[in-house]
Amino acid sequence: MALEVMARAAGPIPLDAAFRVEPGELLALVGHSGSGKTTLLRTIAGLWRPEVGRVRVNGHIWLDSAAGVNLPPHRRRVGLVFQNYALFPHMTALQNVMAAMDAPDRAEAARILDLVNLHDLSDRKPAQLSGGQQQRVAVARALARRPQALLLDEPFSAVDRATREKLYAEIIALRAHLAMPVVLVTHDVNEAQMLADRMVVIEKGRVVRAGTTAEVMAAPEALRAMGIREVAAMLPATVAAHLPDGLSRLDAATGPLFLPAVEGAVGTRVRVRIMAQDVILSRARPEGLSAQNILRGRITRILPGTGPGVMVHVAVGDHEILARITRRAADQLALQPGDTVHAILKSLSVARDHVARAREWAPDAPDAPPAAG
Amino acid sequence: MDWTALWLSLRLAGWTVVFLLPVSVLMGRFLAYRQFRSKGLVEALVMLPLVLPPTVFGFYLLVAFGRNSPLGDLWQGLFGSQLVFSFQGLVLASIIFNLPFAIQPAQRGFQAVPAEVREAAACCGMSPWRSLWKVELPLAWPGVVTAMVLTFAHTLGEFGIVLMVGGSIPGETKTIAISIYDRVQGFDDRGAAIMSAVLVAISLFTIAVTFWLSSRVGRRLS
Repeated sequence: MALEVMARAAGPIPLDAAFRVEPGELLALVGHSGSGKTTLLRTIAGLWRPEVGRVRVNGHIWLDSAAGVNLPPHRRRVGLVFQNYALFPHMTALQNVMAAMDAPDRAEAARILDLVNLHDLSDRKPAQLSGGQQQRVAVARALARRPQALLLDEPFSAVDRATREKLYAEIIALRAHLAMPVVLVTHDVNEAQMLADRMVVIEKGRVVRAGTTAEVMAAPEALRAMGIREVAAMLPATVAAHLPDGLSRLDAATGPLFLPAVEGAVGTRVRVRIMAQDVILSRARPEGLSAQNILRGRITRILPGTGPGVMVHVAVGDHEILARITRRAADQLALQPGDTVHAILKSLSVARDHVARAREWAPDAPDAPPAAG
Repeated sequence: MDWTALWLSLRLAGWTVVFLLPVSVLMGRFLAYRQFRSKGLVEALVMLPLVLPPTVFGFYLLVAFGRNSPLGDLWQGLFGSQLVFSFQGLVLASIIFNLPFAIQPAQRGFQAVPAEVREAAACCGMSPWRSLWKVELPLAWPGVVTAMVLTFAHTLGEFGIVLMVGGSIPGETKTIAISIYDRVQGFDDRGAAIMSAVLVAISLFTIAVTFWLSSRVGRRLS
Protein backbone atom coordinates (compact mmCIF):
# COMPACT_ATOMS: atom_id res chain seq x y z
CA MET A 1 0.00 0.00 0.00
CA ALA A 2 2.99 2.25 0.40
CA LEU A 3 4.70 4.45 -2.16
CA GLU A 4 8.17 3.26 -3.08
CA VAL A 5 10.48 5.44 -5.10
CA MET A 6 13.91 4.86 -6.52
CA ALA A 7 15.59 7.07 -9.08
CA ARG A 8 19.05 7.35 -10.54
CA ALA A 9 20.15 9.82 -13.18
CA ALA A 10 23.38 11.44 -14.31
CA GLY A 11 21.89 14.80 -15.16
CA PRO A 12 20.83 17.54 -15.49
CA ILE A 13 20.51 17.11 -11.73
CA PRO A 14 22.47 14.07 -10.59
CA LEU A 15 20.15 11.78 -8.71
CA ASP A 16 20.61 8.63 -6.68
CA ALA A 17 17.85 8.34 -4.14
CA ALA A 18 15.30 5.93 -2.80
CA PHE A 19 12.62 6.29 -0.17
CA ARG A 20 9.33 4.86 0.94
CA VAL A 21 6.16 6.53 2.21
CA GLU A 22 3.50 4.66 4.14
CA PRO A 23 -0.21 5.19 3.52
CA GLY A 24 -1.48 8.16 5.49
CA GLU A 25 2.04 9.26 6.22
CA LEU A 26 3.34 12.70 5.29
CA LEU A 27 6.94 12.60 4.22
CA ALA A 28 8.88 15.80 3.68
CA LEU A 29 11.63 15.89 1.08
CA VAL A 30 13.87 18.62 2.41
CA GLY A 31 16.78 20.19 0.61
CA HIS A 32 18.14 23.35 -0.90
CA SER A 33 17.09 24.44 -4.37
CA GLY A 34 18.87 22.34 -6.94
CA SER A 35 19.14 19.39 -4.58
CA GLY A 36 16.88 17.29 -6.79
CA LYS A 37 13.87 17.09 -4.50
CA THR A 38 11.44 18.49 -7.04
CA THR A 39 12.89 16.19 -9.70
CA LEU A 40 12.09 13.26 -7.42
CA LEU A 41 8.52 14.50 -7.12
CA ARG A 42 8.26 14.84 -10.89
CA THR A 43 9.58 11.32 -11.24
CA ILE A 44 6.69 10.05 -9.13
CA ALA A 45 4.18 12.01 -11.21
CA GLY A 46 5.69 10.81 -14.49
CA LEU A 47 6.62 14.31 -15.62
CA TRP A 48 10.27 13.35 -15.67
CA ARG A 49 11.96 10.04 -16.39
CA PRO A 50 15.21 9.12 -14.69
CA GLU A 51 17.65 6.84 -16.48
CA VAL A 52 17.07 4.17 -13.88
CA GLY A 53 14.02 4.27 -11.75
CA ARG A 54 11.20 2.49 -10.05
CA VAL A 55 7.96 3.91 -8.69
CA ARG A 56 5.45 1.60 -7.14
CA VAL A 57 2.23 2.60 -5.42
CA ASN A 58 -0.32 0.38 -3.86
CA GLY A 59 0.98 -2.56 -5.85
CA HIS A 60 0.72 -0.67 -9.14
CA ILE A 61 3.96 -0.19 -11.01
CA TRP A 62 4.12 3.30 -12.48
CA LEU A 63 7.74 3.19 -13.49
CA ASP A 64 10.17 0.33 -13.77
CA SER A 65 13.03 1.11 -16.10
CA ALA A 66 14.32 -2.44 -15.83
CA ALA A 67 11.02 -3.88 -17.04
CA GLY A 68 10.46 -1.07 -19.54
CA VAL A 69 7.34 0.17 -17.76
CA ASN A 70 6.69 3.90 -17.75
CA LEU A 71 3.11 5.04 -17.44
CA PRO A 72 2.39 8.56 -18.71
CA PRO A 73 1.23 11.03 -16.04
CA HIS A 74 -2.44 10.81 -17.01
CA ARG A 75 -2.41 7.08 -16.39
CA ARG A 76 -0.92 7.43 -12.91
CA ARG A 77 -3.44 8.14 -10.20
CA VAL A 78 -1.49 11.02 -8.75
CA GLY A 79 -2.51 14.32 -7.20
CA LEU A 80 0.07 17.04 -7.65
CA VAL A 81 -0.13 20.50 -6.13
CA PHE A 82 2.23 22.70 -8.12
CA GLN A 83 4.34 25.43 -6.59
CA ASN A 84 2.38 28.09 -8.48
CA TYR A 85 -0.76 25.94 -8.40
CA ALA A 86 -1.08 25.74 -12.21
CA LEU A 87 -4.85 26.12 -12.06
CA PHE A 88 -6.75 26.15 -15.35
CA PRO A 89 -7.24 29.90 -15.79
CA HIS A 90 -10.35 29.59 -17.97
CA MET A 91 -12.26 27.46 -15.47
CA THR A 92 -13.96 28.37 -12.22
CA ALA A 93 -12.75 26.83 -8.97
CA LEU A 94 -15.51 24.24 -9.21
CA GLN A 95 -14.67 23.43 -12.84
CA ASN A 96 -11.00 23.09 -11.93
CA VAL A 97 -11.93 20.48 -9.36
CA MET A 98 -14.33 18.72 -11.72
CA ALA A 99 -11.65 18.59 -14.42
CA ALA A 100 -9.70 16.12 -12.31
CA MET A 101 -12.61 13.72 -11.84
CA ASP A 102 -13.10 10.59 -13.88
CA ALA A 103 -16.83 11.21 -13.87
CA PRO A 104 -17.33 14.93 -13.22
CA ASP A 105 -19.82 15.31 -10.39
CA ARG A 106 -20.87 18.78 -9.28
CA ALA A 107 -21.99 17.77 -5.83
CA GLU A 108 -18.84 15.81 -5.13
CA ALA A 109 -16.65 18.69 -6.37
CA ALA A 110 -18.54 21.09 -4.11
CA ARG A 111 -18.01 18.71 -1.19
CA ILE A 112 -14.25 18.65 -1.80
CA LEU A 113 -14.16 22.45 -2.02
CA ASP A 114 -15.98 22.44 1.31
CA LEU A 115 -13.22 20.30 2.72
CA VAL A 116 -10.69 23.04 1.92
CA ASN A 117 -13.04 25.78 3.19
CA LEU A 118 -13.69 27.26 -0.22
CA HIS A 119 -17.31 26.54 -0.88
CA ASP A 120 -18.56 30.12 -1.32
CA LEU A 121 -15.90 30.89 -3.92
CA SER A 122 -16.59 27.94 -6.19
CA ASP A 123 -17.77 30.16 -9.08
CA ARG A 124 -14.68 32.35 -9.12
CA LYS A 125 -11.93 31.98 -11.64
CA PRO A 126 -8.33 31.65 -10.43
CA ALA A 127 -7.51 35.28 -11.29
CA GLN A 128 -10.23 36.37 -8.85
CA LEU A 129 -8.79 34.34 -5.98
CA SER A 130 -6.02 35.20 -3.54
CA GLY A 131 -2.86 33.10 -3.41
CA GLY A 132 -4.07 31.15 -0.42
CA GLN A 133 -7.43 30.50 -2.05
CA GLN A 134 -5.73 29.34 -5.24
CA GLN A 135 -3.65 26.94 -3.20
CA ARG A 136 -6.81 25.50 -1.66
CA VAL A 137 -8.31 24.99 -5.12
CA ALA A 138 -5.11 23.25 -6.19
CA VAL A 139 -5.30 20.93 -3.19
CA ALA A 140 -8.99 20.25 -3.88
CA ARG A 141 -8.23 19.49 -7.51
CA ALA A 142 -5.45 17.10 -6.53
CA LEU A 143 -7.82 15.30 -4.14
CA ALA A 144 -10.57 15.12 -6.76
CA ARG A 145 -8.30 12.86 -8.77
CA ARG A 146 -8.68 10.32 -5.93
CA PRO A 147 -4.91 9.96 -5.94
CA GLN A 148 -2.98 6.97 -4.73
CA ALA A 149 -0.20 9.39 -3.90
CA LEU A 150 -0.57 13.07 -3.06
CA LEU A 151 2.39 15.24 -4.01
CA LEU A 152 2.90 18.79 -2.75
CA ASP A 153 5.63 20.81 -4.47
CA GLU A 154 6.56 23.78 -2.25
CA PRO A 155 2.84 24.52 -1.90
CA PHE A 156 3.28 27.28 0.66
CA SER A 157 6.12 29.21 -0.92
CA ALA A 158 3.97 31.61 -2.95
CA VAL A 159 1.85 32.98 -0.11
CA ASP A 160 2.57 35.47 2.65
CA ARG A 161 3.45 34.37 6.14
CA ALA A 162 0.03 34.93 7.72
CA THR A 163 -1.70 32.91 5.00
CA ARG A 164 0.91 30.22 5.32
CA GLU A 165 0.13 29.74 9.01
CA LYS A 166 -3.55 29.30 8.15
CA LEU A 167 -2.77 26.85 5.37
CA TYR A 168 -0.54 24.80 7.67
CA ALA A 169 -3.45 24.46 10.07
CA GLU A 170 -5.74 23.45 7.21
CA ILE A 171 -3.37 20.83 5.88
CA ILE A 172 -3.00 19.40 9.36
CA ALA A 173 -6.79 19.28 9.72
CA LEU A 174 -7.21 17.84 6.24
CA ARG A 175 -4.93 14.94 7.02
CA ALA A 176 -7.71 13.26 8.93
CA HIS A 177 -9.22 12.63 5.50
CA LEU A 178 -6.10 11.43 3.74
CA ALA A 179 -5.41 7.73 3.60
CA MET A 180 -2.77 7.82 0.86
CA PRO A 181 0.95 8.50 1.11
CA VAL A 182 1.70 12.23 0.97
CA VAL A 183 5.01 13.71 -0.17
CA LEU A 184 5.81 17.33 0.61
CA VAL A 185 8.74 18.97 -1.13
CA THR A 186 10.10 21.95 0.75
CA HIS A 187 13.27 23.90 1.42
CA ASP A 188 11.77 25.16 4.66
CA VAL A 189 12.82 22.99 7.57
CA ASN A 190 10.24 24.63 9.82
CA GLU A 191 7.51 23.61 7.41
CA ALA A 192 8.81 20.06 7.23
CA GLN A 193 9.05 19.80 10.99
CA MET A 194 5.62 21.27 11.58
CA LEU A 195 3.81 19.14 9.02
CA ALA A 196 5.70 15.94 8.36
CA ASP A 197 5.82 12.62 10.14
CA ARG A 198 9.14 11.79 8.60
CA MET A 199 11.78 13.70 6.71
CA VAL A 200 14.17 12.77 3.96
CA VAL A 201 17.03 15.22 3.64
CA ILE A 202 18.30 15.48 0.06
CA GLU A 203 21.62 16.93 -0.96
CA LYS A 204 23.02 16.78 -4.50
CA GLY A 205 20.42 14.20 -5.43
CA ARG A 206 21.29 11.84 -2.60
CA VAL A 207 19.48 10.94 0.57
CA VAL A 208 21.60 12.35 3.37
CA ARG A 209 19.36 11.17 6.14
CA ALA A 210 15.85 9.78 6.48
CA GLY A 211 13.87 9.34 9.63
CA THR A 212 11.44 10.95 12.02
CA THR A 213 11.93 14.67 12.40
CA ALA A 214 13.50 14.09 15.81
CA GLU A 215 15.96 11.58 14.36
CA VAL A 216 16.90 13.85 11.51
CA MET A 217 17.43 16.77 13.88
CA ALA A 218 19.90 14.66 15.83
CA ALA A 219 21.91 13.62 12.79
CA PRO A 220 24.95 15.79 12.15
CA GLU A 221 25.08 14.96 8.42
CA ALA A 222 21.47 16.11 8.03
CA LEU A 223 22.16 19.30 9.92
CA ARG A 224 25.01 20.07 7.60
CA ALA A 225 22.75 19.70 4.58
CA MET A 226 19.89 21.70 6.07
CA GLY A 227 21.92 24.38 7.74
CA ILE A 228 22.74 24.32 11.44
CA ARG A 229 20.53 27.32 12.11
CA GLU A 230 17.48 25.26 11.25
CA VAL A 231 17.96 22.78 14.07
CA ALA A 232 15.00 22.71 16.39
CA ALA A 233 13.04 20.43 18.66
CA MET A 234 9.30 19.94 18.69
CA LEU A 235 7.58 20.16 22.04
CA PRO A 236 3.94 19.12 22.44
CA ALA A 237 1.84 21.42 24.60
CA THR A 238 -1.75 22.39 25.35
CA VAL A 239 -3.13 25.91 25.24
CA ALA A 240 -3.93 26.71 28.89
CA ALA A 241 -4.86 30.38 28.85
CA HIS A 242 -4.77 33.51 26.74
CA LEU A 243 -3.44 36.22 28.99
CA PRO A 244 -4.45 39.87 28.85
CA ASP A 245 -0.88 40.99 28.17
CA GLY A 246 -0.87 39.32 24.76
CA LEU A 247 0.88 36.12 25.78
CA SER A 248 -0.56 32.66 25.86
CA ARG A 249 0.22 30.15 28.56
CA LEU A 250 0.86 26.67 27.27
CA ASP A 251 1.11 23.64 29.47
CA ALA A 252 3.84 21.27 28.50
CA ALA A 253 5.29 18.25 30.21
CA THR A 254 8.15 20.56 30.99
CA GLY A 255 6.05 23.09 32.86
CA PRO A 256 4.33 26.22 31.62
CA LEU A 257 5.51 27.98 28.50
CA PHE A 258 4.69 31.62 27.83
CA LEU A 259 4.50 32.46 24.14
CA PRO A 260 3.13 35.34 22.05
CA ALA A 261 -0.63 34.87 21.47
CA VAL A 262 -1.14 31.39 20.09
CA GLU A 263 -4.14 30.67 17.89
CA GLY A 264 -6.64 28.14 19.14
CA ALA A 265 -9.06 27.82 22.00
CA VAL A 266 -8.02 26.79 25.49
CA GLY A 267 -7.45 23.06 25.46
CA THR A 268 -6.12 22.96 21.89
CA ARG A 269 -3.16 20.64 21.52
CA VAL A 270 -0.25 22.22 19.72
CA ARG A 271 3.35 21.54 18.88
CA VAL A 272 5.93 24.20 19.51
CA ARG A 273 9.11 24.38 17.51
CA ILE A 274 12.01 25.48 19.68
CA MET A 275 15.07 26.54 17.74
CA ALA A 276 18.30 25.17 19.16
CA GLN A 277 20.08 28.47 18.70
CA ASP A 278 17.48 30.29 20.81
CA VAL A 279 18.03 28.13 23.86
CA ILE A 280 20.39 29.15 26.67
CA LEU A 281 21.62 26.60 29.23
CA SER A 282 22.28 27.25 32.89
CA ARG A 283 23.45 24.88 35.62
CA ALA A 284 21.65 26.69 38.43
CA ARG A 285 18.06 27.78 38.19
CA PRO A 286 18.48 31.41 37.20
CA GLU A 287 16.83 34.15 39.24
CA GLY A 288 16.00 37.68 38.17
CA LEU A 289 15.99 36.88 34.49
CA SER A 290 13.63 38.45 31.96
CA ALA A 291 13.18 35.20 30.05
CA GLN A 292 9.80 33.66 30.81
CA ASN A 293 10.49 30.04 30.05
CA ILE A 294 12.83 27.99 32.17
CA LEU A 295 12.71 24.26 31.58
CA ARG A 296 14.53 21.87 33.88
CA GLY A 297 15.99 18.79 32.24
CA ARG A 298 18.81 16.29 32.02
CA ILE A 299 21.51 16.21 29.37
CA THR A 300 21.31 13.05 27.29
CA ARG A 301 24.14 13.72 24.90
CA ILE A 302 26.44 16.36 23.57
CA LEU A 303 27.26 16.25 19.87
CA PRO A 304 30.22 18.20 18.59
CA GLY A 305 29.70 20.18 15.41
CA THR A 306 32.24 21.06 12.75
CA GLY A 307 32.46 24.67 13.89
CA PRO A 308 32.82 26.22 17.32
CA GLY A 309 29.44 24.97 18.47
CA VAL A 310 28.08 21.84 20.10
CA MET A 311 24.53 20.48 20.14
CA VAL A 312 23.29 19.63 23.60
CA HIS A 313 20.30 17.28 23.85
CA VAL A 314 18.30 17.91 26.99
CA ALA A 315 15.56 15.49 28.05
CA VAL A 316 12.67 17.46 29.53
CA GLY A 317 9.90 15.14 30.62
CA ASP A 318 9.33 12.68 27.80
CA HIS A 319 10.75 15.04 25.24
CA GLU A 320 14.06 16.30 24.11
CA ILE A 321 14.92 19.86 23.37
CA LEU A 322 18.09 20.93 21.62
CA ALA A 323 20.43 23.71 22.58
CA ARG A 324 23.15 24.94 20.31
CA ILE A 325 25.87 26.54 22.41
CA THR A 326 29.57 27.16 21.90
CA ARG A 327 32.08 24.50 22.79
CA ARG A 328 33.71 27.08 25.02
CA ALA A 329 30.50 27.52 27.02
CA ALA A 330 30.04 23.78 27.32
CA ASP A 331 33.59 23.46 28.65
CA GLN A 332 33.20 26.32 31.10
CA LEU A 333 30.08 24.75 32.56
CA ALA A 334 31.75 21.32 32.36
CA LEU A 335 28.55 19.91 30.89
CA GLN A 336 28.36 16.12 30.81
CA PRO A 337 25.61 13.70 29.83
CA GLY A 338 23.49 13.01 32.92
CA ASP A 339 23.87 16.51 34.33
CA THR A 340 20.81 18.50 35.28
CA VAL A 341 20.51 21.83 33.48
CA HIS A 342 17.97 24.58 32.98
CA ALA A 343 17.07 25.48 29.44
CA ILE A 344 16.05 29.11 29.05
CA LEU A 345 13.90 30.28 26.22
CA LYS A 346 12.86 33.82 25.43
CA SER A 347 9.09 34.02 24.75
CA LEU A 348 9.40 36.24 21.73
CA SER A 349 11.98 34.02 20.11
CA VAL A 350 9.25 31.53 19.19
CA ALA A 351 7.87 32.77 15.90
CA ARG A 352 4.14 32.59 15.34
CA ASP A 353 4.48 30.05 12.57
CA HIS A 354 6.51 27.83 14.85
CA VAL A 355 3.40 26.82 16.72
CA ALA A 356 1.07 24.40 14.97
CA ARG A 357 -2.01 22.59 15.99
CA ALA A 358 -1.28 18.98 16.79
CA ARG A 359 -2.65 16.55 14.28
CA GLU A 360 -5.53 14.36 15.28
CA TRP A 361 -5.00 11.69 12.77
CA ALA A 362 -6.41 8.22 12.76
CA PRO A 363 -5.13 6.13 9.86
CA ASP A 364 -8.47 4.37 9.57
CA ALA A 365 -10.67 7.39 10.06
CA PRO A 366 -14.27 6.47 9.18
CA ASP A 367 -14.68 9.36 6.75
CA ALA A 368 -11.54 8.69 4.83
CA PRO A 369 -12.67 9.87 1.35
CA PRO A 370 -12.14 11.72 -0.96
CA ALA A 371 -8.74 10.22 -0.98
CA ALA A 372 -9.37 6.60 -0.22
CA GLY A 373 -9.68 5.56 -3.88
CA MET B 1 -17.63 44.75 -59.91
CA ASP B 2 -16.53 41.24 -60.79
CA TRP B 3 -18.76 39.13 -58.54
CA THR B 4 -17.51 35.89 -60.07
CA ALA B 5 -13.94 36.75 -59.11
CA LEU B 6 -14.94 37.80 -55.58
CA TRP B 7 -16.93 34.62 -55.07
CA LEU B 8 -14.01 32.56 -56.42
CA SER B 9 -11.62 34.32 -54.03
CA LEU B 10 -13.95 33.72 -51.09
CA ARG B 11 -14.27 30.03 -52.01
CA LEU B 12 -10.51 29.73 -52.37
CA ALA B 13 -9.92 31.40 -49.00
CA GLY B 14 -12.62 29.27 -47.38
CA TRP B 15 -11.19 25.98 -48.60
CA THR B 16 -7.70 27.05 -47.64
CA VAL B 17 -8.90 27.74 -44.09
CA VAL B 18 -10.72 24.40 -43.94
CA PHE B 19 -7.59 22.49 -44.90
CA LEU B 20 -5.18 24.56 -42.84
CA LEU B 21 -7.15 24.57 -39.58
CA PRO B 22 -6.01 21.09 -38.48
CA VAL B 23 -2.50 21.79 -39.79
CA SER B 24 -2.45 25.02 -37.81
CA VAL B 25 -3.50 23.33 -34.56
CA LEU B 26 -1.31 20.26 -34.86
CA MET B 27 1.83 21.86 -36.29
CA GLY B 28 1.49 24.94 -34.07
CA ARG B 29 1.19 22.77 -31.00
CA PHE B 30 3.98 20.46 -32.12
CA LEU B 31 6.41 23.32 -32.74
CA ALA B 32 5.38 25.06 -29.51
CA TYR B 33 5.97 22.11 -27.19
CA ARG B 34 8.44 19.74 -28.77
CA GLN B 35 12.17 20.22 -28.73
CA PHE B 36 14.10 18.38 -31.43
CA ARG B 37 17.32 18.84 -33.28
CA SER B 38 16.02 20.05 -36.63
CA LYS B 39 13.36 22.30 -35.12
CA GLY B 40 15.10 25.45 -36.37
CA LEU B 41 15.17 24.04 -39.88
CA VAL B 42 11.48 23.13 -39.80
CA GLU B 43 10.57 26.58 -38.51
CA ALA B 44 12.67 28.19 -41.23
CA LEU B 45 10.98 26.08 -43.92
CA VAL B 46 7.57 27.07 -42.60
CA MET B 47 8.57 30.73 -42.81
CA LEU B 48 10.09 30.45 -46.30
CA PRO B 49 6.94 31.45 -48.27
CA LEU B 50 7.00 34.71 -46.36
CA VAL B 51 10.35 35.81 -47.73
CA LEU B 52 10.44 34.22 -51.19
CA PRO B 53 9.36 36.50 -54.05
CA PRO B 54 5.87 35.33 -55.06
CA THR B 55 6.88 34.83 -58.67
CA VAL B 56 9.80 32.63 -57.64
CA PHE B 57 7.62 30.64 -55.32
CA GLY B 58 4.90 30.46 -57.95
CA PHE B 59 7.39 29.27 -60.52
CA TYR B 60 8.50 26.36 -58.34
CA LEU B 61 4.91 25.43 -57.58
CA LEU B 62 4.15 25.55 -61.29
CA VAL B 63 7.04 23.17 -61.96
CA ALA B 64 6.01 20.91 -59.07
CA PHE B 65 2.35 20.78 -60.19
CA GLY B 66 3.12 20.54 -63.92
CA ARG B 67 2.12 17.73 -66.21
CA ASN B 68 5.56 16.14 -66.15
CA SER B 69 6.02 16.32 -62.41
CA PRO B 70 5.32 13.32 -60.13
CA LEU B 71 2.61 15.30 -58.32
CA GLY B 72 1.02 16.43 -61.58
CA ASP B 73 1.08 12.86 -62.91
CA LEU B 74 -0.42 11.49 -59.72
CA TRP B 75 -3.21 14.08 -59.80
CA GLN B 76 -3.89 13.38 -63.48
CA GLY B 77 -4.06 9.65 -62.72
CA LEU B 78 -6.38 10.08 -59.74
CA PHE B 79 -8.78 12.75 -60.99
CA GLY B 80 -8.24 12.81 -64.72
CA SER B 81 -7.58 16.54 -64.80
CA GLN B 82 -4.51 18.65 -64.62
CA LEU B 83 -3.46 20.39 -61.45
CA VAL B 84 -2.05 23.59 -62.89
CA PHE B 85 -4.51 26.25 -64.06
CA SER B 86 -7.29 24.60 -62.02
CA PHE B 87 -9.15 25.64 -58.90
CA GLN B 88 -7.87 22.55 -57.09
CA GLY B 89 -4.29 23.43 -57.97
CA LEU B 90 -4.92 26.93 -56.68
CA VAL B 91 -6.21 25.58 -53.35
CA LEU B 92 -3.13 23.39 -53.02
CA ALA B 93 -0.81 26.31 -53.80
CA SER B 94 -2.76 28.48 -51.37
CA ILE B 95 -2.37 25.90 -48.62
CA ILE B 96 1.39 25.89 -49.12
CA PHE B 97 1.97 29.62 -49.35
CA ASN B 98 -0.22 30.23 -46.30
CA LEU B 99 1.72 27.86 -44.04
CA PRO B 100 3.55 30.67 -42.19
CA PHE B 101 0.30 32.54 -41.55
CA ALA B 102 -1.48 29.39 -40.40
CA ILE B 103 1.24 28.01 -38.13
CA GLN B 104 3.09 30.92 -36.55
CA PRO B 105 0.23 32.60 -34.66
CA ALA B 106 -1.08 29.22 -33.51
CA GLN B 107 2.40 28.28 -32.32
CA ARG B 108 2.57 31.49 -30.30
CA GLY B 109 -0.88 30.80 -28.91
CA PHE B 110 0.17 27.36 -27.69
CA GLN B 111 3.47 28.68 -26.37
CA ALA B 112 1.53 31.05 -24.14
CA VAL B 113 -0.01 28.11 -22.27
CA PRO B 114 2.31 27.57 -19.29
CA ALA B 115 4.07 24.20 -19.21
CA GLU B 116 2.85 23.71 -15.65
CA VAL B 117 -0.76 24.08 -16.71
CA ARG B 118 -0.31 21.37 -19.34
CA GLU B 119 1.42 19.17 -16.77
CA ALA B 120 -1.46 19.81 -14.39
CA ALA B 121 -3.85 18.64 -17.09
CA ALA B 122 -1.90 15.39 -17.40
CA CYS B 123 -1.83 14.96 -13.64
CA CYS B 124 -5.60 15.47 -13.62
CA GLY B 125 -5.83 12.34 -15.73
CA MET B 126 -6.34 14.02 -19.10
CA SER B 127 -4.93 12.23 -22.14
CA PRO B 128 -3.02 14.47 -24.58
CA TRP B 129 -6.12 14.76 -26.80
CA ARG B 130 -8.35 15.60 -23.91
CA SER B 131 -5.83 18.12 -22.64
CA LEU B 132 -5.77 19.74 -26.11
CA TRP B 133 -9.54 19.99 -26.14
CA LYS B 134 -10.23 20.93 -22.51
CA VAL B 135 -7.21 23.04 -21.58
CA GLU B 136 -4.89 23.99 -24.42
CA LEU B 137 -7.39 25.05 -27.11
CA PRO B 138 -9.55 27.04 -24.68
CA LEU B 139 -6.41 29.00 -23.80
CA ALA B 140 -4.72 29.10 -27.21
CA TRP B 141 -7.73 29.52 -29.51
CA PRO B 142 -7.23 33.24 -30.11
CA GLY B 143 -3.88 32.32 -31.67
CA VAL B 144 -5.52 29.71 -33.86
CA VAL B 145 -8.31 32.07 -34.90
CA THR B 146 -5.75 34.77 -35.67
CA ALA B 147 -3.95 32.25 -37.86
CA MET B 148 -7.14 31.46 -39.76
CA VAL B 149 -8.12 35.10 -40.15
CA LEU B 150 -4.68 35.96 -41.52
CA THR B 151 -4.80 32.97 -43.85
CA PHE B 152 -8.19 34.01 -45.16
CA ALA B 153 -7.16 37.60 -45.74
CA HIS B 154 -3.84 36.72 -47.27
CA THR B 155 -5.49 34.31 -49.71
CA LEU B 156 -7.84 37.04 -50.89
CA GLY B 157 -4.92 39.32 -51.64
CA GLU B 158 -2.31 36.97 -53.07
CA PHE B 159 -1.46 37.89 -56.65
CA GLY B 160 1.89 36.63 -57.93
CA ILE B 161 1.63 32.99 -56.98
CA VAL B 162 -1.99 32.76 -58.08
CA LEU B 163 -1.16 34.21 -61.43
CA MET B 164 1.78 31.82 -61.92
CA VAL B 165 -0.03 28.65 -60.86
CA GLY B 166 -3.59 29.45 -61.91
CA GLY B 167 -3.33 31.78 -64.81
CA SER B 168 -6.41 33.92 -65.13
CA ILE B 169 -9.31 31.70 -66.15
CA PRO B 170 -12.61 33.35 -65.23
CA GLY B 171 -14.63 31.28 -62.77
CA GLU B 172 -11.76 28.82 -62.35
CA THR B 173 -8.65 30.69 -61.30
CA LYS B 174 -9.32 34.38 -61.78
CA THR B 175 -9.37 35.79 -58.25
CA ILE B 176 -10.42 39.26 -57.24
CA ALA B 177 -6.82 40.45 -57.00
CA ILE B 178 -6.20 39.41 -60.60
CA SER B 179 -9.48 40.89 -61.66
CA ILE B 180 -8.44 44.24 -60.22
CA TYR B 181 -5.22 44.05 -62.16
CA ASP B 182 -7.20 43.30 -65.34
CA ARG B 183 -9.49 46.29 -64.79
CA VAL B 184 -6.54 48.59 -64.39
CA GLN B 185 -5.01 47.21 -67.55
CA GLY B 186 -8.33 47.81 -69.30
CA PHE B 187 -8.54 51.44 -68.03
CA ASP B 188 -11.60 50.58 -65.91
CA ASP B 189 -10.43 52.65 -62.94
CA ARG B 190 -13.87 52.79 -61.36
CA GLY B 191 -14.24 48.99 -61.31
CA ALA B 192 -10.74 48.63 -59.89
CA ALA B 193 -11.49 51.23 -57.24
CA ILE B 194 -14.69 49.51 -56.06
CA MET B 195 -13.07 46.11 -55.85
CA SER B 196 -10.03 47.55 -54.11
CA ALA B 197 -12.25 49.25 -51.59
CA VAL B 198 -13.97 45.93 -50.86
CA LEU B 199 -10.59 44.31 -50.24
CA VAL B 200 -9.53 47.21 -48.00
CA ALA B 201 -12.71 46.79 -45.95
CA ILE B 202 -12.13 43.07 -45.57
CA SER B 203 -8.49 43.63 -44.59
CA LEU B 204 -9.35 46.29 -42.02
CA PHE B 205 -11.94 44.04 -40.49
CA THR B 206 -9.42 41.21 -40.39
CA ILE B 207 -6.78 43.28 -38.65
CA ALA B 208 -9.30 44.56 -36.12
CA VAL B 209 -10.37 41.03 -35.27
CA THR B 210 -6.75 39.90 -34.99
CA PHE B 211 -5.78 42.69 -32.63
CA TRP B 212 -8.85 42.18 -30.50
CA LEU B 213 -8.09 38.47 -30.21
CA SER B 214 -4.44 38.91 -29.36
CA SER B 215 -5.38 41.29 -26.56
CA ARG B 216 -7.67 38.56 -25.25
CA VAL B 217 -4.83 36.05 -25.16
CA GLY B 218 -2.88 38.36 -22.89
CA ARG B 219 -5.80 38.90 -20.55
CA ARG B 220 -6.77 35.27 -20.23
CA LEU B 221 -3.34 34.19 -19.16
CA SER B 222 -2.44 37.02 -16.84
